[in-house]
Amino acid sequence: MKTTTLVRVATDSILKNKMRSSLTMLGIVIGVAAVIVMVAIIYGAQSRIQAQIDNLGTNLAVITPGSTQQGGASMGAGTFNRLTVEDAEKIAREATLVSGVTPVIFTRAQVIGGDGNWRTEINGVSGEYLTIRNWPLTSGTFFDEADVRSMRKVAVLGSTVAENLFPGVDPVGASLQIRNVPFTIVGVLSEKGQTSSGTDQDDVVLVPYTTAQNRLAGFSFIGQIIATTWASEDIPAAIEELSAIMREAHGLGASEADDFTVRDQTEIADAAKGTTEVMSWLLGAIASISLLVGGIGIMNIMLVSVTERTREIGIRLATGARGSDVLTQFLIESVVMSSAGGLVGLAVGAAASAVLGHFTGWSMATPPLAAVVAVGFSAAVGVFFGFYPARKASALNPIDALRYE
Amino acid sequence: MESPEVIRFSRIVKSYQTGRSVVRALRGIDLTVERGEMVSIMGASGSGKSTMMNIIGCLDTPTSGTYLLDGVRVDGMSRNQLADLRNQKLGFVFQGFNLLARTSALENVELPLLYDRSGKRRDTRSVAAAALRKVGLGDRMEHAPNEMSGGQQQRVAIARALVMGPTLLLADEPTGNLDTRTSLEVMALFQALNAQGMTILLVTHEHDIARYGRRIVELRDGRIVRDTPVVGRRWAMDDLGTQPYEEALEAS
Repeated sequence: MKTTTLVRVATDSILKNKMRSSLTMLGIVIGVAAVIVMVAIIYGAQSRIQAQIDNLGTNLAVITPGSTQQGGASMGAGTFNRLTVEDAEKIAREATLVSGVTPVIFTRAQVIGGDGNWRTEINGVSGEYLTIRNWPLTSGTFFDEADVRSMRKVAVLGSTVAENLFPGVDPVGASLQIRNVPFTIVGVLSEKGQTSSGTDQDDVVLVPYTTAQNRLAGFSFIGQIIATTWASEDIPAAIEELSAIMREAHGLGASEADDFTVRDQTEIADAAKGTTEVMSWLLGAIASISLLVGGIGIMNIMLVSVTERTREIGIRLATGARGSDVLTQFLIESVVMSSAGGLVGLAVGAAASAVLGHFTGWSMATPPLAAVVAVGFSAAVGVFFGFYPARKASALNPIDALRYE
Repeated sequence: MESPEVIRFSRIVKSYQTGRSVVRALRGIDLTVERGEMVSIMGASGSGKSTMMNIIGCLDTPTSGTYLLDGVRVDGMSRNQLADLRNQKLGFVFQGFNLLARTSALENVELPLLYDRSGKRRDTRSVAAAALRKVGLGDRMEHAPNEMSGGQQQRVAIARALVMGPTLLLADEPTGNLDTRTSLEVMALFQALNAQGMTILLVTHEHDIARYGRRIVELRDGRIVRDTPVVGRRWAMDDLGTQPYEEALEAS
């Protein structure tokens, strides 16, 4: 029997039993749709994490106080914060691979201005901060080195703060009180969104670090020093250089461990990628199980169908079908159904990810490879789970099959 | 090379193992059927007539003995060879019609053509349509079995049996599910086909039906107990009386 004829016989048989066929396909449809949606979620999560990493600024090295190499015991008083403005200034003077550096002084404070007051994060930074963070302004200007040196009381607002204190108005030129110290607003930052850990990066007020240290009472606390290199390839060398400068600045002897940590974005990115990888495996496992269940569904219905269609098989055998013809017919039926189910599942999955993407704002694309693999795999499921019922059908004795009631 | 003998059975034995006991369904059958014969096989249930029919129809193989179908030795053939023989040389008509449900008359008749490995017939649709016209169902081609009467269904089955131009037509209780009039119509069709040269083997337990054949073979306990020509053979068409069946056969 020609293959084209067999395909025709198989598809005819599927179309003549629409209810049975669609129920058989349902399992595969759900399985493939699940795979597609999960791939889209993983893809969306990865691109979101990548976007957040890019958002943070590229080519960054971040120096934080304390040391990860501390062997359990405390290194002594003062170890929790050994970063100073002088460290940042020394780096700015001496480091050759670094294109920009800023200390970051963190505190929270109630700010008053415009429509009312707002509790927010105050960051004392240098004039290079925006370039380092790759963060454009929507209006006004950023403070420069001269402002920093003269400790001017100028502030740049994050978009969340601007929206809450000055809804619908450009706050540039207006005044703002931070801990009863009046500041002039010189600029507003563009919206940057949340960090990967969910903090609103726009809920911030930036002031010169010198001003923060001297005019706002109570802080010389430097949370971190951020340095940026000319190119991302320089990062490893820059980390070495920064460590050397920091050790010198802190007067550490050769036997003493670092009292600071230098980390780059790739480490942070790796940590984030590790998380998505775990998530990928988890979702992949769930998706495979649903495909497996779909396959078992096909086998189940095909087995029932072989029993139900015993007479049909008998008629085919009596009119000259060979066992192999019956085997091929049933196998093709199962493959056609599972592939069709795979295609429908692909469409459903793609539509579901589009809807999900629309509501979450994630970019949930379906990679073409995933689509091909999912449909190919569902066809393979059809062959695998269709084989046993098909063989059972082909092994029927024609006399018994014809007599079957 | 056409053999004058369509069937030659020599000492055919068939025994089954059912549980612990051995059932000897056929206990040494010798039978020869020549081309153009119309043989009625009779016997009570359990006489072995169905077993004999299955062996003749290459649906089953004998335990011992030799079977020549159209001069070719059949016993000892593989499953696939038997399937090809059923396709090329045999046409089956069953009591329960055995048509594919939800499948048009045309597609039912086309079925054996789909399994034809000789590659002789290309336009399977028109070959099937011609066979349907031959049994007088030219206007029922697209009807599914559940849209047809029992007589029409049996004629579809006969068209399917004829479509490959078989050497032998096997009919197992073909009138068992039909009323008297329809039975006569079907028998008239068989007689017309036989008159055109088709060899027909008919299993029946009704004496009236058996007498439309040319020869009656009677089985009892797995042996042939009687093998006689029909004297005073009747014509089903005559028995149909005033409404002859001719129009149905005009196309043939």
